[in-house]
Amino acid sequence: MANENKAREELYKELDVIIEQWKDEPGGLLPIMQNAQEIIGCVDEEVQNYISDKTGIPVSTIYGVATFYSLFTLEPNGKYTIGICLGTACYVRGSQLVYDELSKQLGVEGGRTTGDGLFTLTATRCIGCCGLAPAMTVNGDVYGRVKPEDVKGIIEKYRNIG
Amino acid sequence: MKFYRSQVLVCAGTGCTSSGSADIIRIFKEEIEKVGLSEEVNVIHTGCFGLCENGPVVIVYPEGAFYSHIKLTDVPRIVTEHLLKGRIVTDLVYSSDSAHKSKSMALEDIEFYKKQKRVALRNCGAIDPENIEEYIAFDGYKALAKCLTEYTGEEGRDKIIDIMLQSGLRGRGGAGFPTGLKWKFAKAPVSDIKYVCCNADEGDPGAFMDRSVLEGDPHAVLEAMTIAGYVIGAQQGYIYVRAEYPIAVHRLRIAINQAREYGLLGNNILGTDFSFDIDLRLGSGAFVCGEETALLASIEGKRGEPNPRPPFPAVKGLFGKPTLLNNVETYANVCQIILNGPEWFASMGTEKSKGTKVFALGGKIQNTGLVEVPMGTTLREVIYEIGGGIPNGKKFKAAQTGGPSGGCIPAQHLDVPIDFDNLSAIGSMMGSGGLIVMDEDNCMVNIAKFFLEFTCDESCGKCPPCRIGTRRMLEILEKICDGKGEPGDIEKLEELAINIKNSALCGLGQTAPNPVLSTLRYFRDEYEAHIYEHRCPAGVCSSMLRYTIDPEKCKGCSLCAKNCPAGAISGEIKKPFVIDTEKCVKCGACIEKCKFGAISRK
Repeated sequence: MANENKAREELYKELDVIIEQWKDEPGGLLPIMQNAQEIIGCVDEEVQNYISDKTGIPVSTIYGVATFYSLFTLEPNGKYTIGICLGTACYVRGSQLVYDELSKQLGVEGGRTTGDGLFTLTATRCIGCCGLAPAMTVNGDVYGRVKPEDVKGIIEKYRNIG
Repeated sequence: MKFYRSQVLVCAGTGCTSSGSADIIRIFKEEIEKVGLSEEVNVIHTGCFGLCENGPVVIVYPEGAFYSHIKLTDVPRIVTEHLLKGRIVTDLVYSSDSAHKSKSMALEDIEFYKKQKRVALRNCGAIDPENIEEYIAFDGYKALAKCLTEYTGEEGRDKIIDIMLQSGLRGRGGAGFPTGLKWKFAKAPVSDIKYVCCNADEGDPGAFMDRSVLEGDPHAVLEAMTIAGYVIGAQQGYIYVRAEYPIAVHRLRIAINQAREYGLLGNNILGTDFSFDIDLRLGSGAFVCGEETALLASIEGKRGEPNPRPPFPAVKGLFGKPTLLNNVETYANVCQIILNGPEWFASMGTEKSKGTKVFALGGKIQNTGLVEVPMGTTLREVIYEIGGGIPNGKKFKAAQTGGPSGGCIPAQHLDVPIDFDNLSAIGSMMGSGGLIVMDEDNCMVNIAKFFLEFTCDESCGKCPPCRIGTRRMLEILEKICDGKGEPGDIEKLEELAINIKNSALCGLGQTAPNPVLSTLRYFRDEYEAHIYEHRCPAGVCSSMLRYTIDPEKCKGCSLCAKNCPAGAISGEIKKPFVIDTEKCVKCGACIEKCKFGAISRK
């Protein structure tokens, strides 16, 4: 995460601005949590408690929301999040094989982060580049028409940057 | 607006952006500046042209030259040759055959576009979606003005509902409920507060119709929602859009701000006493939120769990108030119906399904992309004439429509005219418009398993038939794909499927068994081959595959043995090699390396 070096307190200050803006809006909890996920990198127990204190929304409700939607994570993601599109168009063109190869190369299951904190592997829903199927993303960079044998080189590239 | 002699339109939809169109726009501007043409040539980023397979796509007007697969290094040539010297760079122009023999110079000559009829996608790829003036120049906000000035009072608002009813427009989100009727129901309740919502939570894997409309023509949705607000008496609208669509979200934000600046959203729109505003709410990745009651719960900031209907949202919806909810593509048709009249819209399509439908064509198809055709067009026309057929000379096996709620359509039904009722009759559904083509290399049991994995994962867990039932179905499918299927499994699947359909709470659960039922209906033989013969006819389910070397064809070069990661291949040079099936991990490396085609996978 880009924000990993900043202290939590500083990040909470950023979050305070968002909470102030949304806390009296009907349905404001989701935007607050979406921003918290982006600013802090996860909505762990501490973040859930913080939002609860500031808004008066019970932490049970916040936990319920955090575990319902796939966007929220309860622990921080790695420096690079690798997403393999498992939408139908990519799947029928073999994205499962790419996913399996990545899982093998990284030594982690989907949704988990490598021990060095560098990569998080995720299976994503359709990212809408069906013309590039099978597609994968690394922190938003899109790689199209990926074959299982390309995986190693792509991972190496990011590993070398560190 | 300024006058330019040439317009360079660069596709900035998600597909082309992923293949680098933002840099192409930048280089175009730089190069045009270099040759001193900035005053004469305008570079515009537009929404999706539809032919995503050939992205990044650039069109240069007035010639209408359609450049495809453009690389950054091609840009200087187009600028100096085409824009400066007036010579079209023919080797970069799109060609329907790879040998570049037949050159299709203009959009309308391209096979892909010939059979299409663009209504919802009218402005996609034609205007700059971030410039409200371009939308207005293409009759934008004219329908709203017409409604507010010509259809005034209670009578006028009822007249607009009549127009929608006469047009025969049905909801494009999947269920096909008549839009006019929905508007009528939402208008009926008396309430100070009402809401108009737009479902842009396009979750079907492999579908991107709504995203392309939002990216290419966001004002069309805003205008239609405003009209709907006027008709039912709402003051506030919400667009619920997937957070995974950053470009669409960005353009919607720009569009909303521009509309507010121009007085087309906000208080006293166009000087009348009608006030209406629209805000965005982002989805956070939950497929079930495409279901209307779940979507409304999510806008309220809760877990996106569905609720039993009735009460329907038209009576008691968002924050307990009467709410109208339509999908993006439905809204995208509204303004055209009001401007051109209901008869015009009803003249397209079939008896019970009027107008056009947008499909996201993907999978094993030559021209992956976005197409809009009149209802009643056959699948064969869409797949072979517009889509260019199946690549690599493979045989068509099935077309999947309706995503995880739909079904697979086999070759024998390729000539059925596509509309809501016909697709239901053959065991699939229109759905939101994803159309995935599969060829002989796809295993239909595996595809059914793929969709069940999806619905299992996305089941919200509120009702047991969906939470537990889909899990049990998935377990049986996994067993079959693993080569451990038993007699009676098919019957168990069918029984579970029918029970889930009859008892699940919401549309997600009720339709979850469809992919299994439709593949059982048309591809039962594949299930039987898996169960009784422990064989996957398409060669996909790896645990049932056996790799063997044909001793007749093997020259004994040892290349396969050298590349085998498991050390499962052995033999003497210049004599036939053999594969030890116990050690084989079925990776397929040997097949790829063999120069003599001696290795087979069955």
